[in-house]
Amino acid sequence: MAVISYREALRAAMREELKRDDKVVIMGEEVAQFNGAYKVTEGLLKEFGPKRIVDTPISEAGFIGLGIGASMLGIRPVMELMFWSFSYVAFDQIVNNAGNIRYMSGGLINCPIVIRGPANGGTNVGATHSHTPEAILASHPGIKVVCPATPYDAKGLMKAAIRDNDPVYVMENTILYNDKGEVPDEDYIVPLGVADVKRVGTDLTIVAHGRAVITSLKAAEILEKEHGVSVEVVDLRSIRPLDEETILASVRKTHRALLVEENKPFCGVDAQVAYLIQSKAFDELDAPIHRVSSIDAPQIYCKRMEDLQMPNVERVVAEALKVLA
Amino acid sequence: MAKPAVLTHPESLKRPAGPSEYAKNPVNASLSKADKIALYTKMARIRHFEQRCIRIYQQGKIGGFLHLYVGQEAVAAGTISLLGKHDHIITGYRDHGHGLMVGMGMNECMAELTGRVTGCSQGKGGSMHYFAPDKNYWGGHGIVGGQAPLGTGLAYAVKYMGLKGSCLVYMGDGAVNQGAVHEAYNLASLWDLPVIFVVENNGYSMGTSQERSTAHPGCLAKRAEGYNMAWDVINGHDVYEVRAKTAIALKRAHEESKPTVLEIFTYRYFGHSMADPDKTYRDKEEIKEYREKKDPVLAFEQELLGEKVLTPELSQKINEAAMAEADKAAIFADESPDPTVADITKHIYWEEDNRGPKTTSRGTIIFE
Repeated sequence: MAVISYREALRAAMREELKRDDKVVIMGEEVAQFNGAYKVTEGLLKEFGPKRIVDTPISEAGFIGLGIGASMLGIRPVMELMFWSFSYVAFDQIVNNAGNIRYMSGGLINCPIVIRGPANGGTNVGATHSHTPEAILASHPGIKVVCPATPYDAKGLMKAAIRDNDPVYVMENTILYNDKGEVPDEDYIVPLGVADVKRVGTDLTIVAHGRAVITSLKAAEILEKEHGVSVEVVDLRSIRPLDEETILASVRKTHRALLVEENKPFCGVDAQVAYLIQSKAFDELDAPIHRVSSIDAPQIYCKRMEDLQMPNVERVVAEALKVLA
Repeated sequence: MAKPAVLTHPESLKRPAGPSEYAKNPVNASLSKADKIALYTKMARIRHFEQRCIRIYQQGKIGGFLHLYVGQEAVAAGTISLLGKHDHIITGYRDHGHGLMVGMGMNECMAELTGRVTGCSQGKGGSMHYFAPDKNYWGGHGIVGGQAPLGTGLAYAVKYMGLKGSCLVYMGDGAVNQGAVHEAYNLASLWDLPVIFVVENNGYSMGTSQERSTAHPGCLAKRAEGYNMAWDVINGHDVYEVRAKTAIALKRAHEESKPTVLEIFTYRYFGHSMADPDKTYRDKEEIKEYREKKDPVLAFEQELLGEKVLTPELSQKINEAAMAEADKAAIFADESPDPTVADITKHIYWEEDNRGPKTTSRGTIIFE
């Protein structure tokens, strides 16, 4: 088992799928000659050539729509958005076209497209480049959304996404790109809709996704060492489909739940998770469900304040203690 | 600055009285008598299908929007009659004519309008969302101009697979101001994609005339020059001219893998949709003028009568058969069942419709 970075894991997934299926095409701004704005696609042009690795103009509605159209005829495009924040200028293509065409055609058409790129705050770039649209997009039936937190999941989910016959939107995180972890050498996928218990515990369940998982794991360490609390951390990995059973099984064990996400609170992913828990495990709860989200404002530029705006270890520990009180 | 002249239908494109000057063009001269009758029959079928829809709409059986193609038949008929195995089409919401032209049946088309499970999209798409991918017809799209990138992608796929084909991307004159269309133009030209953008210019984007909506250098197609693309303008009341000029663009797509913008001047007799009372933005006299002097179906009938391909008796037979077919389709739509409540959550995801040990999804994907 090799230890590689989250970035290398994503690249390995794309390399392997490019080799496995000649219908796979990588497309996006700066993905080829420039080697990727975040170097995720570094070296792929050299290895696979310009037919498979395609630089696009800055024209998200155009090239994302083009990828969706090509996928209807059986091409399997993996489209990079330099930031998921830029998806907003391609929203009609991403939602109306990719998300609806199977339904509106009564099942005659499907769109095996992957759209990937970073969707995170915390990088001191202001509100327009810090959006986390997983909840917005996952609220549309027809669309799938995954948010890997580790190199292992990044590779496995990306490979599953490329093989999936529906539109799958992979939301990465620039702050995680250099994180390292063990990744098997042999072929594997992480199926969509399977959560992962990243830490086993008995007193409190923390449900998180994306980088909030890493924050929650650090908080869990402190809670154990400094407060003697055993915390279980459930990583959703996939937002839609959602692994409801793993969430419920953990809550049935610990009887307390804290939900952590980097979204703003209103209609965040955890609003849905909280509804799920109260609906299907109400009698199991010994305390109200609490949430830690980003403070409800457009993303602030000032780095010192942005670090406080987003869920951090201190805020997670403090909120966990309230649930446990 | 002088107000630019209104060039919706340039004088040069007004059809002179008498036979079409494009009758002897090779793509038309090579048509057999049977081919010509078949082409006329298809145009008549579109006309009568659409007119039958009006009655059903007025009976309250068609919900939502209904955008009719009456008056524009020669555009779909002329262009689609040229297409081969690897040529694809995609259009906006005025999509019935294209569907019938590619060979969709009146029954499935009519039943879709009334929301029946026997409709082409099983009652899930409606008037604006016809699809027949088995006939290279990729919709039927509701958002103005949103289909332009998709069609460019279909052409990209054709080229990627090394096939000698194309994609015809239809849009109205209102679509040319949408960003997605310009982005598609740029990509098509930049990557040498075999796309033909067909602007069906009926003069009005909903209730806004072209001179009130669009700044242009004399015609809409000429905007192609900004993207280094070939372009042409076509009299859409003459199906022979549509065929002759589209054939050039098609050859450019097939032989050179290069895109073209075609602006086809046409006219719709009814409102933007049936919800449009059609009283505020144009004269009844204008509609009358087009109906009487430029009707594409009547013009082609006259053409074929002149060529002795059609006789008045045969024409009457064709029209009566089309009307009867539309009547039967209306009955079929009436008698067909609705989709069920269980059907609401089908056809959302391929992986769910086919879920098994080898598919990639687990967990909950349809929520309570």
